[in-house]
Amino acid sequence: MTARAPRHRIALLALTAAPFLGPAPSRAAEIFVTNERDNTVSVIDSESYAVTRTFPVGRRPRGVVFSKDGKRLFVCASDSDSVQVIDPDDGKLLANLPSGEDPEQFALSPDGRTLFIANENNATTTVVDVETHSVKAQIDVGIEPEGMAVSPDGKTAVTTSETTNMVHWIDVATLAAIDATPVDQRPRHAEFTRDGKTLWVSSEIGGTVAVIDVATRTVRHTIRFEIKGVASDRIQPVGISLTDDGRHAFVALGPSDRVAVVDARTFEVTGYILVGRRVWHTALTPGQDRLVTTNGVSGDVTVIDVATLKAIRTVKVGRYPWGAAIRPVPPGGGVAK
Amino acid sequence: MRALIDPAGRGASGRAGRRERPRTRFPRGAVLACLLAVLGAADARAAEPVGVAYLERRIERPNPLNNEDPVPADQGLRGAELGLRDSNATGRFVGLSLALDKAVVEPGADIRAALAGLLAGPLHPRFVVVNAPAEDLLALADAPEAKDVLFLNIGAPDTRLRDADCRKRILHVAPSRAMLTDALVQLLVFKRWTRILLVAGPGAADRLYADSLRRSAKKFGARIVAETTFDARGADLRDSALREFALATRGPEHDVVAVADEAGEFGTNLVYNTESPRPVVGTQGLTPAAWGRAVEAWAAAQLQERFRKLAGRTMDPADWAGWMAVHAVGEAAVKLKSADPAAIATLMQSPAFEVGGFKGRALSFRAWNGQLRQPLFLLWPGAVVGAAPVEGFLHRSTELDTLGLDRPESACKAFGG
Repeated sequence: MTARAPRHRIALLALTAAPFLGPAPSRAAEIFVTNERDNTVSVIDSESYAVTRTFPVGRRPRGVVFSKDGKRLFVCASDSDSVQVIDPDDGKLLANLPSGEDPEQFALSPDGRTLFIANENNATTTVVDVETHSVKAQIDVGIEPEGMAVSPDGKTAVTTSETTNMVHWIDVATLAAIDATPVDQRPRHAEFTRDGKTLWVSSEIGGTVAVIDVATRTVRHTIRFEIKGVASDRIQPVGISLTDDGRHAFVALGPSDRVAVVDARTFEVTGYILVGRRVWHTALTPGQDRLVTTNGVSGDVTVIDVATLKAIRTVKVGRYPWGAAIRPVPPGGGVAK
Repeated sequence: MRALIDPAGRGASGRAGRRERPRTRFPRGAVLACLLAVLGAADARAAEPVGVAYLERRIERPNPLNNEDPVPADQGLRGAELGLRDSNATGRFVGLSLALDKAVVEPGADIRAALAGLLAGPLHPRFVVVNAPAEDLLALADAPEAKDVLFLNIGAPDTRLRDADCRKRILHVAPSRAMLTDALVQLLVFKRWTRILLVAGPGAADRLYADSLRRSAKKFGARIVAETTFDARGADLRDSALREFALATRGPEHDVVAVADEAGEFGTNLVYNTESPRPVVGTQGLTPAAWGRAVEAWAAAQLQERFRKLAGRTMDPADWAGWMAVHAVGEAAVKLKSADPAAIATLMQSPAFEVGGFKGRALSFRAWNGQLRQPLFLLWPGAVVGAAPVEGFLHRSTELDTLGLDRPESACKAFGG
């Protein structure tokens, strides 16, 4: 409750300031997209929307995340059974982290030191020290773990298991699974709110998003989706992005080719944005003014303007784009060498 | 052991299951929540394992014609074993487990005695996965000693079991022939290959498959332009295929040659041996099936991988059905957080029950005949050609119900529909 007031103030400030700003200060960012079928990563410049480079990575790259300083890119190369550490500037492989079998998604602890990796094929979560490249623990979870998230205070990690249909809660201090919360069929992605009080979990086959109270580990609200002219079983929620201002949640709805816009305070679905075919995941730019989506079947990325909630661009990437991660362009461009 | 079944709980939920269901449509979640609230109270203990039995009758099969790998002797069973393993990996998070007992009888042996043996065994199973022909299934379901058992059919595709010969105690995990041929004809119609030349073998199952194809053709607007029968037992195909098949497939203009040869006595050799250059579809060539080696999408690759690790071979349709049957029992138990078999059975039979099956959609049992709604694949040995329901075949409630007997088409009365 106490956190509420300042958040409003920030939102208000942003609103009033916007008309006077003119051209925004540089919000240049680079969007990194894993192409599951091509074994590559495409890099898109957020201002020109051009693919500036494409570099090869391990086999079947899916989950992707940046180190806190944006200088290292972690890529789950699922079929190579490794998490690769890559120099985002030139695509050079810096290291292969021990990852356990078939890593699919992962999450980095807030201090940037620990990577929690969901091992889809052997029902474990592997915890890796990013600095020493050593495995700190392998934790038994449900079958086909996929979604991973770490709470903003770094104390709790969660993984979702797609066949067991649960959210497994991991105590980071003891690295033990301490509880499990059943959710709808095939939970795929988990996302904490910024205050760490709420966890959003998408269920692909259940067709829902569970809003879970972190303190009690119980489902507080279940969001359902309905799109005119689209069969309900084609609405398959996967990726979720939450804006820092607490206003919007964006939910990628798979083969319905749409992203749902949800009011993150009332949990009401306020609209659907048509994107490319079979949308998997979404990511917000550092300025939170753009949302990008990876569209697996059409092989492209849709760019959505967060202010107007409209799709403004489509960028062709490789085959089966799956994951997306975004970093601000380093000062001085940084990239062109 | 008997003490673990709560007689009061069983009676109450049993009655609830037979009660007329209101026609008003509630949101699924609400119905499920109510059910869970009612049923969950039935048994809060949940320490003893939920007993599941696997019962199979071996089938005599013809010798392989083309040096194929023999049909695995443990087809179906290994799937059920994986289902058990998966269910227990999940169940441990809520303090539940399943246990599996099995019996396999030879052709001619007494399958009812085998059932009695299983039911009297230490697990006292109330869920029996049956991999056996239709007559066996009916004999089992009608046995008085099985009055509290829910049977899960993974081996009998006979449409009559989903029609006038249905039983309240049987859920069909395997698709019916009607579903299979509907899936095939949907694809043919989508491709506008609607003129079908039908070649049927002499077996009783072949006739049923041919009947089903005719019915599906009529349902979706395809046409059987000519029909012929072929008896492979009259000739040595290795010598005579080139000429014999050309004769058998001579006929009016057609787009495909459909073959009905369930035992695999000649169909494989018909491919590329037709008089006209036409694809072969049906029991061989392009085949409709619940599962197959090439199925990869919707995380199927993960299930295939788990199965390969367990069984050392590819997952066949019967294996998938065996897995699905046990997985459905496990899923219902976990949803209820209860090991009470009566409550589990009631939930499985309720329209609110949904379960995943690596087919990209939530699966459920049809309220009018106990058939599992499911997408089917159209496969040739190398790849998945497509999946049914095929785009464009619409249904007022779910497109999945374009496959097989829809509510108005089924003569099944046992479900009160």
